[in-house]
Amino acid sequence: MPSLSQAGLMQAPSPRAHPEIGILRMSRAATARLLLCASLLSFASQAAEAEEIFVSNERDNTVSVIDGASLEVIRTFPVGRRPRGLTFSRDGRTLYVCASDSDAVQVIDPDTGAVRHNLPSGEDPEQFALAPDDRTLFIANEENATTTVVDAQTRKVLAQIDVGIEPEGMAVSPDGKIAVTTSETTNMVHWIDIATLSATDATPVGQRPRAAAFSADGRMLWASSEIGGTVAVIDTATRKVVETIEFAVKGIAADRLQPVGISLTRDGRFAFVALGPSDRVAVIDAKTYKVLNYILVGRRVWQLAMTPDETRLFTTNGVSGDVTVIDVASQRPIRSVKVGRFPWGVAVRPAPQASAGAAP
Amino acid sequence: MPGLLPLLLMLLALLPAPAGAGPLAIHYLERRVERPSPLNNEDPIPDDEGLKGAELGLKDSNATGRFVSLSFTLDSRVVGADEDIRDAFRALGEKPRFVVLNAPAEDVLALADLPEARDTVFLNVGAPDTRLREADCRPRLLHVLPSRAMLADALVQFLAYKRWTRILLLSGPAPADALYAEALKRSAKKFGARIVTESRFDPQGGDTRDTALREFVLPTRGPEHDVVAVADEAGAFGANLVYNTAAPRPVVGTQGLTPAAWGRPVEAWAAVQLQTRFRRLAGRAMRPVDYAGWMAVHSLGEAAVQARSTDPATVAALVLSPTFEVGGFKGRPLSFRSWDGQLRQPLFLLWPGAVTATAPIEGFLHHRTELDTLGSDEPESACRAYRRPG
Repeated sequence: MPSLSQAGLMQAPSPRAHPEIGILRMSRAATARLLLCASLLSFASQAAEAEEIFVSNERDNTVSVIDGASLEVIRTFPVGRRPRGLTFSRDGRTLYVCASDSDAVQVIDPDTGAVRHNLPSGEDPEQFALAPDDRTLFIANEENATTTVVDAQTRKVLAQIDVGIEPEGMAVSPDGKIAVTTSETTNMVHWIDIATLSATDATPVGQRPRAAAFSADGRMLWASSEIGGTVAVIDTATRKVVETIEFAVKGIAADRLQPVGISLTRDGRFAFVALGPSDRVAVIDAKTYKVLNYILVGRRVWQLAMTPDETRLFTTNGVSGDVTVIDVASQRPIRSVKVGRFPWGVAVRPAPQASAGAAP
Repeated sequence: MPGLLPLLLMLLALLPAPAGAGPLAIHYLERRVERPSPLNNEDPIPDDEGLKGAELGLKDSNATGRFVSLSFTLDSRVVGADEDIRDAFRALGEKPRFVVLNAPAEDVLALADLPEARDTVFLNVGAPDTRLREADCRPRLLHVLPSRAMLADALVQFLAYKRWTRILLLSGPAPADALYAEALKRSAKKFGARIVTESRFDPQGGDTRDTALREFVLPTRGPEHDVVAVADEAGAFGANLVYNTAAPRPVVGTQGLTPAAWGRPVEAWAAVQLQTRFRRLAGRAMRPVDYAGWMAVHSLGEAAVQARSTDPATVAALVLSPTFEVGGFKGRPLSFRSWDGQLRQPLFLLWPGAVTATAPIEGFLHHRTELDTLGSDEPESACRAYRRPG
């Protein structure tokens, strides 16, 4: 349980990492302090059922585990080389990790960090998505322009589907009928029909699309374009871009606003988009597509993950080597947590029902 | 009539791809240049430098194009030292519209001035000459390779950032060396560095491999300085200068710490993917001219995909338009300057082991984009011919 002194330490991300912000934020930080303490206390009481946040450290070849209640790293375990995407089985008892340079998807016991086995993944797996059936994994193979489909239970490759150059982002529609992958050099969203496991269409988007996410109702697909500096919202029925969202932050060159990770709330109200080297997360009204706010986080923010109750958002900050914890309701950063070198992927494990492994 | 445009676009979108729309034909034309033999058993400059980059660009463009039913072809032609490159151009067949050109400045101008090339877009990947972007610029001549001015600006920004601003300049005897030295002097003036003294070195006299220990002391002796900048584009002596200067100072320029558009240690912004694809195709590391070749074809491919067309006039209009942007594994959208046709791009400061820094260096600001702190900027540009009429 966090002590008061810990609460006192809480503030916007370390001023050392963001000298320019230290000045801007000082007065606001002071006024926010009270609010933060209050929110901290209220969630400390939920500590018993806290979730765990798993972060892949690309340069350390490790995964750091943050306790959702204390917001401290409670364990770190080694994985394959250059770990990037990671995700959980629905029951939270299996962790899948894309170990890009080991050319494997590792199946890991999240309690012990022990590798149960590797899945055949195709070359250079970068990101993946687990279908709603809890067993079909769609894996983007960055170096050979394919998407590999693997059955995690039989450990068999079901298909390898040709897509554009450097496939990166992967998502599966909530109804389990469509998978999409974004290709970073081809600059398209490729649509895969899951029933036939074939690519059916491609939608051009802005330069270097990195991540894709379906809205909870499956009607819209959001795709971020890192170099284009935009997020495309695509109607999944017509596969046409219906909205292109742009970003602007005073004092930051437009070409540093580089959208990467996307996180959408289930109620369809908000979208959060990580903006890479601008060190900001944009908050977007998911109905009007207006940018509401920019939240300052650590340096070069990559990916985002939300707790199941959608009260907290975790960001991986590649250059500063930390994770920023954002309070979703107030849209403010409440803590930065030091992890390993080049944190990249992040996944929240639902509170384990009967796991003893979570104790610090 | 603002209402009409969306309607037109909608109609266009409804039309099927124009029947019989063939592939976009891209040509690669190179002048074979005699290279000195390597001094220190370095890998020789490969005979297919540039071409292999263009070939990868073609492969990438076709991989992308197939999703929108567009395709591309690349024909390459290399002319020998005593051939007339204009004849080679005329032999390319029916009105070549896009020519990736890997040749010295005189060839670039000879081709750009040909009446038969009136409708040709040239993409310069081999000539770093600053004059091609200034007084000798030409319409429809795009420069994918950075100019010497851009390279020198990248280096001097780094020196200014480090406050290593006292430069001892040592140039070789070749005309290209004089141009490189000239660029360094201009950059020094631009960013507040100082050339404390300038000396020349001619490697013809002896074998630098044997004499470097004593030979370089004299030409690198001079007033107090922070770095020794060397201008030796052909690599005739610069590598042996490193650690053989009179004072213990780093060597920068064509050897030592080198500004370049690409290099083996470049890996950020997914560059490593491009490096791997290139190595798989060419069996060697990607060099700056290869990167330019790739970038040239990639720009045309990207323009065609954005326009959803391989119609040469459409592609040319887009690639020459100041709003055209293209990715290039450098973490920013790249584009061609509207005043001289130069590709604006970040440059790397490299030594063989690592990327030391990436320019534009933090703190060098520009109202448009920091990328325009490298090379000739619009107000001071001497280029008049590039700007399109209207």
